[in-house]
Order: sequence, then structure tokens, then C-alpha cells
Amino acid sequence: MKTETHSRLIRRYTPPERANHWLTAITFILLAFSGLALFHPSMFWFTQFFGGPVWTRILHPYIGVVMFLSFAGLALKFWHHNLISRNDVEWLKRISDVIRNREDRLPEVDRYNAGQKLLFWTMIATIPTLLITGIIIWRPWFAGYFPIDLIRIAVLLHAVCAFVMISGIIVHIYAAIWIRGTVGAMVRGTVSRAWASKHHPGWYKRILQDGDKS
Amino acid sequence: MSLQSLDITRRSATTTPPPQQRQQQEVAKLIDVTKCIGCKACQSACQEWNDLREEVGINEGSYQNPHDLTENSWTLMRFAEHEQNGTLEWLIRKDGCMHCADPGCLKACPSPGAIIQYSNGIVDFQEEHCIGCGYCVAGCPFDVPRISKKDSKAYKCTLCSDRVSVGLEPACIKACPTQALVFGSKEDMIDHANDRIADLKERGFDQAGLYDPAGVGGTHVMYVLHHADQPQLYNDLPKEPTISPTVGLWKGVLKPLATAAMLFTALAGFFHYVTIGPNDAEDNEEDHPA
Ligand code: HEM
Ligand code: SF4
Ligand code: SF4
Repeated sequence: MKTETHSRLIRRYTPPERANHWLTAITFILLAFSGLALFHPSMFWFTQFFGGPVWTRILHPYIGVVMFLSFAGLALKFWHHNLISRNDVEWLKRISDVIRNREDRLPEVDRYNAGQKLLFWTMIATIPTLLITGIIIWRPWFAGYFPIDLIRIAVLLHAVCAFVMISGIIVHIYAAIWIRGTVGAMVRGTVSRAWASKHHPGWYKRILQDGDKS
Repeated sequence: MSLQSLDITRRSATTTPPPQQRQQQEVAKLIDVTKCIGCKACQSACQEWNDLREEVGINEGSYQNPHDLTENSWTLMRFAEHEQNGTLEWLIRKDGCMHCADPGCLKACPSPGAIIQYSNGIVDFQEEHCIGCGYCVAGCPFDVPRISKKDSKAYKCTLCSDRVSVGLEPACIKACPTQALVFGSKEDMIDHANDRIADLKERGFDQAGLYDPAGVGGTHVMYVLHHADQPQLYNDLPKEPTISPTVGLWKGVLKPLATAAMLFTALAGFFHYVTIGPNDAEDNEEDHPA
């Protein structure tokens, strides 16, 4: 592709990776809106996006299964970039510099920063929990097989995990807007050299040395 | 059924006051377990008035039939055999919705107006607004609502809200041949129960008492029990029912706090952008090797 061979651009995500990310993102947004509609009456009007309240209830869990499978693809592909390092702890301690755009005061970031890794591991914990608790409360198919006490715990856990995930994803989406040039990484697959050297210098150095495209 | 639309005390998933200009006297059904002969006339009358039919089932060695409440059987005689001090007691309890003053079903329901509570105390499901999520099943401390296999809507006893609204007593009350079932204002029913309890105590049932559990704010279906100290003898009638703490955490704490927190997170992003602003690598590109 023209953009990818352009000398000032570096490829960050392959087309299959981007497709996988956006399938996860779209299904996640649909899940968040359909779930929140039932979570608090102030958001019940979100049911309009899904063809009414009953359709919202019916569709949500099926979308959930698609999201889970899609997310599993991302997790298998990217987990090894998300291992926590000593630099990450330091990065988190300097979160106030992160917020104030003072990146020069931060330890060197590799392919992902500590915030991104934290979101990754939060998703690893919550998405399977959402699947399991979602199946336990899924009517009419499965809920009838579980005792009411378990259903109560499952629905509470489902709502807690959904809350954590939705809050995390709000931050994730905002970060993509805040750090200019990030959206292109997931839309066109490329980032500028300036972007890479400023936000992910460790990763950038490896690319300069051995052309590591991962 | 939306018949008494001016006297709605509570409406599920609704944050503004429902129409409540008209106030009605609190009613109650009193089930005197000590007078019940297990004839199931009430069970039949319920199906007849509500025009529902239970499927013919199989005998599982007890008079109890069907074996559980269903979307067609909103009331059910539960039979228990209890041996104490060498005597056998046949404890028969008419099960069904208790019409709680603080209804867990209504608290859990996410669909506006699918469950309403009238000022007379009746808790009524409005099936046309029901989405079939089953949250009411998780919310109810008495395991009452049933989701229909035909239409995925929740059904339960209406306390014959359609009859009561036009001054009739519920169908089960009308059918009971022993007056084990009586209906009236909640106050009168408590008085009547107290007379019955005094009588039972005279006849040696020291522990006779009224079941009107405070944990759910009292109920609009009450029992006179010979063993009020051991309600669980009557096919696991809960001793101190309350809305489960799990449901309280979910609907009472998490729902408002998490909603506020998510809104706050989104607003924090917006204000970060308009104060500190974006982080643009191209701004200081010349500092870095290309
Ligand atoms: C992974 C597979 C998932 C399954 C099988 C699933 C299933 C369910 C089911 C069965 C319900 C009850 C309502 C209904 O029947 O539609 C529900 C509610 C809900 N879901 Fe999911 N879900 C999944 C993932 C998610 C995700 C990823 C989110 C967050 C974005 C989410 C957010 C919610 C919320 C907020 C509710 C409402 C909870 C409440 O009312 O307190 N779900 N889910
Ligand atoms: S199944 Fe119907 S009545 Fe029960 S909680 Fe859901 S919407 Fe409300
Ligand atoms: S017994 Fe259950 S279904 Fe009936 S009012 Fe109470 S909580 Fe609701």
C-alpha cells in the first residue's frame, strides 16, 4: 500500500489486526449501549437503537458471544506485548506527568504504555467474566438451569464488570483522540515516525534496528 | 392490567412520580393455614377467572399438582408432612405472590412500567411492557414470578386487580369453602387474624401467629400459621424474608454510583481536552531523528 511504503510512515497494525480490532470495537459499543439501556432508566431510550426494548434484551447476549470470540483473537495476538515491566510501574507513578503531556519525564515506553497494558489485563479479567455471568442470566436459554442465588450474584458481577469495562473504554477512546495520530494506527495501519519516537521510543528503536514490524 | 391508573404508588424503572392523585385503602388477603383443607378450590377459581389452563401433569407422590408455580398457575397449594411429638401434621400452604409493600421484583425490573404498585398495595405486572429479562425473578424473595415459555413475559398473581378495582373480592376468596381465605382492608385483616390467633393459642397452639414479614415492609397477602416461629415448615416459607443484599447492592448502590462515575469519566475527558489539550508529536518533530 502506498501509505505503508511512504518513508515517513511506519506500519503498526496489519489489515487483519485492524479488522479484528474494529469488529471487537463495534460489537463492544453495541453491547455497552444495549446493556446500559437496562442498567439505569436514564439510558432506557438507547433501546431505540436496537428496535425496541424487547429486541434490545434479545440481541445483547448474541452480540456478546461475537464480541467475546473477536476479543479472543486480539488477546491471542497481542498478549505478549502487554507483559508488565519495571518501567511500567515507574510510568504509573508519574501519571500526573502523563496527564500533563510531559512525556520527556517518563521512562521509555515500548510498544504499549502501562495504561494500555492495564486496560489489556482488565479486559482479560472482565470479558470472560462477562461471558460466563451473561450465560448464567441469559433468558430464555440458560438462566432456568441456575439457582436464583447464583443468578443474583451473576447479574451483579455482570453489571460491575460492564461498568469497569465501559469506564476503561471511555478512557481508551479519549486517549486515541488526545494523543494525535493514534486513530490512523488503527484506521490506516500506520503512524508517523514522530509519533513513534515520541510516544513509543522503545518500540521505535527496535524498528530502526531490525525492522521489527510487530 | 392498567385499570386504576390514578393511584400508582410505584412504577418500575421510573424516576419521576407516577400518577397517584387518587389514594385507596390498603387491602390484604389473609390465608388462615389452620383452616385450609387443601381442596384447591382457590387454585381452580384462579385459573377460571384468569382464563388460564395448566397442562395435565404427573403424580409425584403428593397432592401437590402442579409441582411448582407456573406462568399458568399463579397460586398453588403446597403440601408438607410434619412430624412433631409423635403426631403428624399436614401443613398446607397456598403459595403465590405476597404483594410486598417493598417489592423486590419492582426494584429489579429494568423496563419502565412493566411492574407497578397501586396505592391499595397490589403489585401488578403489565405484560405489554415486559421485556422478558427475568430480573424480577432475581429480585423476588419468595420465588414467585415465572417467565412464559410461549411469549417470554413474566406472570404472577395479580390479587385480581381487575376484580378489586370494581369492588369485588379476588376469585380465590370467593371460592374458598372454609373461609380460610378472607379479603378486606389490611387493618381489618390484621384484627381478624388476631382473633384467630387468640383462639388457636387457647387450643394449645402456643406459637400461633401472623406472617406479615417486616423485612419486605409487610405484605398484602398474610398467613395465620400454627407454627409462626417456624415458617420454614410450610414448604420453606422464608423466616425473615428481605430483598437479597446482592440485589440491594446491584440496584441500590451500583446503579446510581456507576452511572454517575461513567458520566464523570466522559466529562473528565472532555475537560482534559479543553484545558491541557491534545498531545501532538508533529509539534516538536524536529527534536527527533526521522
Ligand atoms: C460476553 C458476552 C455477554 C453476554 C453473553 C451477555 C449477556 C447479558 C444478558 C443475558 C443480560 C441480561 C439482559 C438480556 O437478557 O439481554 C445482560 C445485561 C447487561 N450486559 Fe451483558 N453480556 C455480555 C457482554 C457484555 C459486555 C461486554 C458489556 C459491557 C459493555 C455488557 C453489559 C451489560 C449491561 C450493562 C447489562 C445490564 C446489567 C444490569 O441491568 O444491571 N455485557 N448481558
Ligand atoms: S421479566 Fe419483565 S417484569 Fe420481570 S424484570 Fe424483566 S421486564 Fe420486568
Ligand atoms: S412476592 Fe415477589 S413477585 Fe410478589 S410482590 Fe413480592 S417481590 Fe414481587
